[in-house]
Amino acid sequence: MKRSHWSIPYVVFLTIFVVLPLVLVLVYAFQDGSGHFTFANITKFFTDSDALSTFAVSIEVAIENTLICILLGYPAAWILANKDLNRSAVTIILFIMPMWINALMRTLATAELFNMLGITLGKGTLLFGMVYDYLPFMIYPIYNVLNKMDKSYSEAAQDLGAKPWEVFWKVTVPLSMPGVSSGILMVFMPTVSTFAISEFLTNNKIKLFGTIIQENINSSMWNYGAALALIMLVIIGISTLFTDERKEVEGGLI
Amino acid sequence: MKKFLAQAYIYLLLVLLYAPLVFIAVFSFTESRVLGNWTGFSTKLYANLFTGDMQGSSSLISAVENTLLIALIAAAFSTLLGTVAAVGIHNLSARKKQAVTFLNNIPMINPDIITGVSLFLLFVFLHISQGYATVVLAHITFCTPYVVLSVLPKLRQMNPNIYEAAVDLGATPGQAMRKVLIPQLRPGMVSGFILAFTMSLDDFAVTFFTRGTIGLDTLSTYIYTDARKGGLTPELRPLMTLIFLIILVLLVVINVRQAKMKKTV
Repeated sequence: MKRSHWSIPYVVFLTIFVVLPLVLVLVYAFQDGSGHFTFANITKFFTDSDALSTFAVSIEVAIENTLICILLGYPAAWILANKDLNRSAVTIILFIMPMWINALMRTLATAELFNMLGITLGKGTLLFGMVYDYLPFMIYPIYNVLNKMDKSYSEAAQDLGAKPWEVFWKVTVPLSMPGVSSGILMVFMPTVSTFAISEFLTNNKIKLFGTIIQENINSSMWNYGAALALIMLVIIGISTLFTDERKEVEGGLI
Repeated sequence: MKKFLAQAYIYLLLVLLYAPLVFIAVFSFTESRVLGNWTGFSTKLYANLFTGDMQGSSSLISAVENTLLIALIAAAFSTLLGTVAAVGIHNLSARKKQAVTFLNNIPMINPDIITGVSLFLLFVFLHISQGYATVVLAHITFCTPYVVLSVLPKLRQMNPNIYEAAVDLGATPGQAMRKVLIPQLRPGMVSGFILAFTMSLDDFAVTFFTRGTIGLDTLSTYIYTDARKGGLTPELRPLMTLIFLIILVLLVVINVRQAKMKKTV
């Protein structure tokens, strides 16, 4: 037996559990309750002002969260990767560790802390909690790229007379863009699609897109739920076009 | 000065990141049912957790058991499936390799909710009643790609001639696999297993959509339901604290081991 045939079981598995389910999302999205073809689910979304505003809020929160994570995370990753500023491996572990803890638990802990401090749950706490949840996912890929970066590029720039900030903006930042884009991928989409986190952090005051998908599926409105999921899939497709850097994951996360 | 500012920034971020976790840990040592209300030092909640002497204890403990068991089964299957798949993918022609890698990336890029909803529709479509088995299958689906990606680099680093040499020297394909191939892939398999295990432990959305209505709870879905009812089970505080500690110790051990291995190589 040829060694390449060893991939067959997995290809079959992927077809049944990855491809077929996605095809079913498409099929259900264009069907009505009795299985006839229809565009009604899609048009329902574009005429439903509640759903549209939820969608807009989700995108807005996701963009804000991603931007804040980059602004806070990039300097942190840069410091962590800089041997002169940080020599402790434990600090790096401490930054990565939250990624391994159940997000629900961490979110709940944050929400409870807000409650105890007497802070009303709403948009502000939602953003804070989101940043808190996703910051490690931004820091880690950027740190990884910066850490592996060949130092001779910035040394060369320096030797050729670039000032430190020029070296940073013209050499380090452009070379670290793959890390930033995989960070964006790991922060943006999960923020749009999350449901439990936004429910905890705003006491159900602010709904995100994930929540309406969940509500529809759970109240047996499968077709409309599938249509909403399809819309999310389209957004994922678009955002992966912008950030086509999946190789970063390959080094393994540990 | 620069160093001082950098360090201050890092520690400020760490304080922010860990404040909620420390808060939970501190209040795990008091008996009060309401979080944030200190009624004196006590380890009663820890005792309750271990003796199972509390309200709704059976459901919390069975949720923990389910979580661990599902993660273990899913990680074991994913490691097996993913390793075999990685060997196959490694030997595919460039174009086929690209196609399979693309498929392999889909579950990793898909947000949990899409994986959950799409698998939910699959099980509905196939008329499979949802419960333990569907949750495990769903977990294998999103865990295996990580195993594949952990094992593939090891295959690339491996010298293919070593395997051939073993066969030439009279090893059966089985022996060559056990004694040559697997030992070389083992580090990748181990990190793949650990990744898969933690992915499964962390999961909420996929479990939520594929667990059906038989009342199956993992820790995540338990917490979700508990928090929505209002009033968190106090015993969750010591449980979370213990989980934080276990993960911290595990990560330190893994990283120290890795650093040592790098030095010896």
